[in-house]
Amino acid sequence: MVAVKVSQLRVVRGGREVLHGIDCSLPEGTITGLIGPSGQGKSTLMRSIMGVQIVKSGEVTVLGRPAGHPELRHRIGYAPQSPALYGDLTVTENLRYFASVLQAPRSAIDRAIRELSLEDCRHQVAASLSGGQRSRASLAIAFLGDPELLVLDEPTVGLDPVLRHDLWGIFHQLAESGTTLVVSSHVMDEANRCQRLLLLRDGNILADDTPEGLRQRTGAEDLEQAFLSLIQERQAHHNRPSQRQGPSQQGLVQS
Amino acid sequence: MNASVTLSTARRVLGQLRHDRRTAAMVLIMPAVLMVLLRYVFDSQRQFERIAPALLGILAFLVMFMVTSVATLRERTGGTLERLMTTPAGRFDLLSGYAIAFSLLAVAQVALAVGVSLTWLGLEITGSTVMVFVVAALDAVLGTALGLFVSAFARTEFQAMQFMPVVVLPQALVCGLFTPREDMNQVLTWFSDAMPLSYAVDAMNKVTRSSEFTQSLWVSLAVIVGSLFVSLVLGAATLRRRTP
Repeated sequence: MVAVKVSQLRVVRGGREVLHGIDCSLPEGTITGLIGPSGQGKSTLMRSIMGVQIVKSGEVTVLGRPAGHPELRHRIGYAPQSPALYGDLTVTENLRYFASVLQAPRSAIDRAIRELSLEDCRHQVAASLSGGQRSRASLAIAFLGDPELLVLDEPTVGLDPVLRHDLWGIFHQLAESGTTLVVSSHVMDEANRCQRLLLLRDGNILADDTPEGLRQRTGAEDLEQAFLSLIQERQAHHNRPSQRQGPSQQGLVQS
Repeated sequence: MNASVTLSTARRVLGQLRHDRRTAAMVLIMPAVLMVLLRYVFDSQRQFERIAPALLGILAFLVMFMVTSVATLRERTGGTLERLMTTPAGRFDLLSGYAIAFSLLAVAQVALAVGVSLTWLGLEITGSTVMVFVVAALDAVLGTALGLFVSAFARTEFQAMQFMPVVVLPQALVCGLFTPREDMNQVLTWFSDAMPLSYAVDAMNKVTRSSEFTQSLWVSLAVIVGSLFVSLVLGAATLRRRTP
């Protein structure tokens, strides 16, 4: 079963096309890594899957419905890149509010706090949390409604290695129980933990493969190398036939 | 509509205020403090009584406008609105939650300002006290509704603050506080007639001076309630699930 299907998706943000008609499909119960430096369209793709992004053209189908369909709102969980929390509420109060919006049971709050090791700061206001604690609290909210699809934008930034390891353990457990996860990252060692990788570059999908498949295809030892050789291959291919199109990377544009 | 989302949103907004004691205290106390200041600035009971009802209405409107526009703006820019838009929460659920929470705050604020004015400051009213509370609270809720709406046009808190001079001060100048509305030149009278705050002030003046329900009082009240709902609907229209 396919959980998410994206076809010919084009998105324009701030007058610039950030996704140039991409296609991909994510099988149910897998962890897909969206890999690439920032500003390449990862967050835009995630927002499109969540149905909060205005798209120019193309289709996004999520769990059999068009993205943004009201019925999906109970079935998907989202942790945006900047931890969206109420800074003047405690962690528990934040969770309680979103739980009531999602009609999740009380027990979901305690479970999320336990799973994300938030016990020590549960009564702290979000504004006073450390960066890592804040992104964990934001993840906890995404977990609340027991969603079938979890879209997590850079969930492990600023976490210590032990926590990061634990978190990936949870992601794998969820996937085994049938949850589909989309996780963005720019850390290559995390790419290894995904079952599938989408490499986004300049608003195009440069690769869509398993980590193993990528290594074999490029003959590279590690994924960093594999990506590098893919990028070089693509650039060589681009530069040869056409005139130079100028620098393709426009630095400052944030995803 | 989902009543449980509305109520938990109202509870959440009040919870935020409870943690932000400084804002809550200022919102509650400032109008009362300003009334005291005004009383002694005039140092004349007669002059104070002439201007106090109008000012009660304006202050309630002003303070709630500011608090609401900044609070909603923070929701928009902080990512929590986008997050809510991926959940089953509807925009009217959220707006009504906001409106309920801020209206409760407004009622408390008005109770304090009117209470201080009527007792300590010796403001004498010939109308009904209950109606003074009701109209002042309506003025405050109107400020809340307008604040919800204009917050859509600010990207930063700096810009939201600028809506004070842009949206509120012109209304305050022409609402009859400084000079009777009918004495202004024709263009300004038209302008004044088009502004909701003029009716808020008119209604305050009327209910403090007479307990009669005149037709013009009903008109003022209808305009206040009407603008309040129009602002709420416009505010809801600015809450989009999909954004660029």
